[in-house]
Amino acid sequence: MSAPAATASLEFRGAAPWRRNLRLHGWTIAVWLVLLAMVPYWRSLSEQNFKFDLQALAIDALPLCFAAMAQAIVVISGGIDLSIGSLMGVINVLAAREMVDMSFRQALAFSLVIIVLTMLASAFTGLLIVLTRIPDIVVTLGMLFVWQGVALWIMEIPGGGVPLEYSDLAIGDFRTSSIPNAALIVFGAWLLIWVPLRWLRPGLSLYAVGSNRSSAYLSGINVARTRVGAYFLAGLFTGLAGLALTASSGIGDPNSGTTYTLNSVAAVVLGGVSLLGGVGGLIGVIAAACVLTLSKIVLLLRGTDPNYANVYQGALIILVVVIGGLLTRKTRS
Amino acid sequence: MTAVPETVDRENRLRAAQRFLVDNPVVVLVGILVLLFVLTDIVNRGETGEPFITWNQLSTTLLVAAPLGMIAAGQTLVMLTGGVDLSVSFTATAAAFAMSWQANNGTVEGIVAGLLVGLGIGLVNGIGVGIFSVNPLIMTLGTSSVTFGLLSIYAGRAFEKVVPDFVATLGSDRFFDYLPANLILWALVAAAIILGLRYTGYGRMLYAVGDNAVAARLAGVRVWQVLVAVYALCGLFSAFGGLLLVGFTNNPDLGLASPYLLQSVAAVVIGGTSIFGGWGSYSGTIVGVLILTVLGSLLTLLNAEEWQRQVIYGGIIIILTAIYARVSGSE
Repeated sequence: MSAPAATASLEFRGAAPWRRNLRLHGWTIAVWLVLLAMVPYWRSLSEQNFKFDLQALAIDALPLCFAAMAQAIVVISGGIDLSIGSLMGVINVLAAREMVDMSFRQALAFSLVIIVLTMLASAFTGLLIVLTRIPDIVVTLGMLFVWQGVALWIMEIPGGGVPLEYSDLAIGDFRTSSIPNAALIVFGAWLLIWVPLRWLRPGLSLYAVGSNRSSAYLSGINVARTRVGAYFLAGLFTGLAGLALTASSGIGDPNSGTTYTLNSVAAVVLGGVSLLGGVGGLIGVIAAACVLTLSKIVLLLRGTDPNYANVYQGALIILVVVIGGLLTRKTRS
Repeated sequence: MTAVPETVDRENRLRAAQRFLVDNPVVVLVGILVLLFVLTDIVNRGETGEPFITWNQLSTTLLVAAPLGMIAAGQTLVMLTGGVDLSVSFTATAAAFAMSWQANNGTVEGIVAGLLVGLGIGLVNGIGVGIFSVNPLIMTLGTSSVTFGLLSIYAGRAFEKVVPDFVATLGSDRFFDYLPANLILWALVAAAIILGLRYTGYGRMLYAVGDNAVAARLAGVRVWQVLVAVYALCGLFSAFGGLLLVGFTNNPDLGLASPYLLQSVAAVVIGGTSIFGGWGSYSGTIVGVLILTVLGSLLTLLNAEEWQRQVIYGGIIIILTAIYARVSGSE
């Protein structure tokens, strides 16, 4: 008796399961559709074969995908991290300086060390935010400059390098197939790290804290620990982003990360994660990062001056954030 | 028995002193500034054998501080509303470029062009933040990257970069040996801002919006108009700063105002303006600007590198915000 009654009451509220699903995942599906719709246009402009193009896209999109995933985790928890780009710069110069004389295996081991260090560094930022009770934006703005300084300290002018096989991780194909390694790495990280967490306690508290901090506290969630945990987890993806940047560019440059802060925020908004916190997931953000990268590639293919491409992309990002802001305001009121 | 009122009295006095310092951070800041001057003097005597505290050095400090003072003026107004403008440095650079480009047609045209560019970028920021409720950081970061993109295109084109005599005089000359010309402009702007914040309706509205935007709206303030105007003003002041800077260096280049973004935020935070909005003053910012300028001289004397400056300024922002939040929160 009770089961039909529950369905009836659900239907009474007008929430048919498919409609609920569409409301929850509609944005994500739309972003993927936009990405798919861009592909034919992109193909019609390009003269190279598909495999080569896919590789080019993967190289450009990989660091942004990871940076946007890191940003998304912090934004879902109700914060924002402006230091992601400059922390990526630190990883980039550190990795390129140390890996230049390393073998492939050593480089892999060193990557693990770097990822752990990045997680600690990011958790330190989170700890500062929780302990000082200053808003995320201010602390991460301060850290943005601190990390920029640290990157300059490690390496003043571009240099260093990585083993060839290491670069291959980002820009090569998986064995002899035509699937780019980069795609496998992104979806692997998503599937192995985010998906399990999202449905377990840490992920659920992440969403709870992001959507309403006081309710989360009242339902027994340790808010401070969850927020620091969000930065800790974001540090993992920031580390991957910095390493991906190093592998795909093959060189260390203290200013290489600067564009990723803004682009990651744009990808997060475009990917359906509300800047107010508590809404959205990582799979839409991955698609959004690819859309942003592809839009730049398309502009370049059409023969736009690379400098103008930057301007268009900046304007596009502002447009995305403005429209995203309008939409969230509507659904809120 | 007599010990009790004494401790109460002392506690009261302590609290009164604390309250006085919270209400007048300028007093503490001036003390820090004097200490920094003395410290720099000692270091300078140790390094070169010459004193740092001379009329000439004081006048140089003011001359160097004025462009930062201009840019930090706009930043103060924006931060009073609870926002922050990350586009100030490239707005200043863009204004300097526009000026030196249009100055081929005449001094007035050049200056007007520079100021209009600043006003335009500020308006775009204001429309995004005020009308479309975009997060100020993201909006200004976005306009900043677009401005930089456009600048790097136009900077590559060949045009005669002219810095008119008037701008050069304003930016680098001194009257009566010790009175920097740009100090006069700075003093006028400072007086207008300090008096305007205190005595005009718009000034009070800035504080109201920064303190509680919803309450201000319910009280009848058109919040979006206040925000559009404040970002436009910030763009305009940044443009003034850019013109003073190019008058000082005599050569517009892409990195002209880059260090001033971080420093403008740091100066405002040092000056006791709350980064959450609704609290603070321009007089505090002025002392903050002077502190940063003297600190800059000290770091130069100590041969500090660029990365050390970045870390120090970033750390100052975080630590001071934490201290101010703690002190004003304990009231």
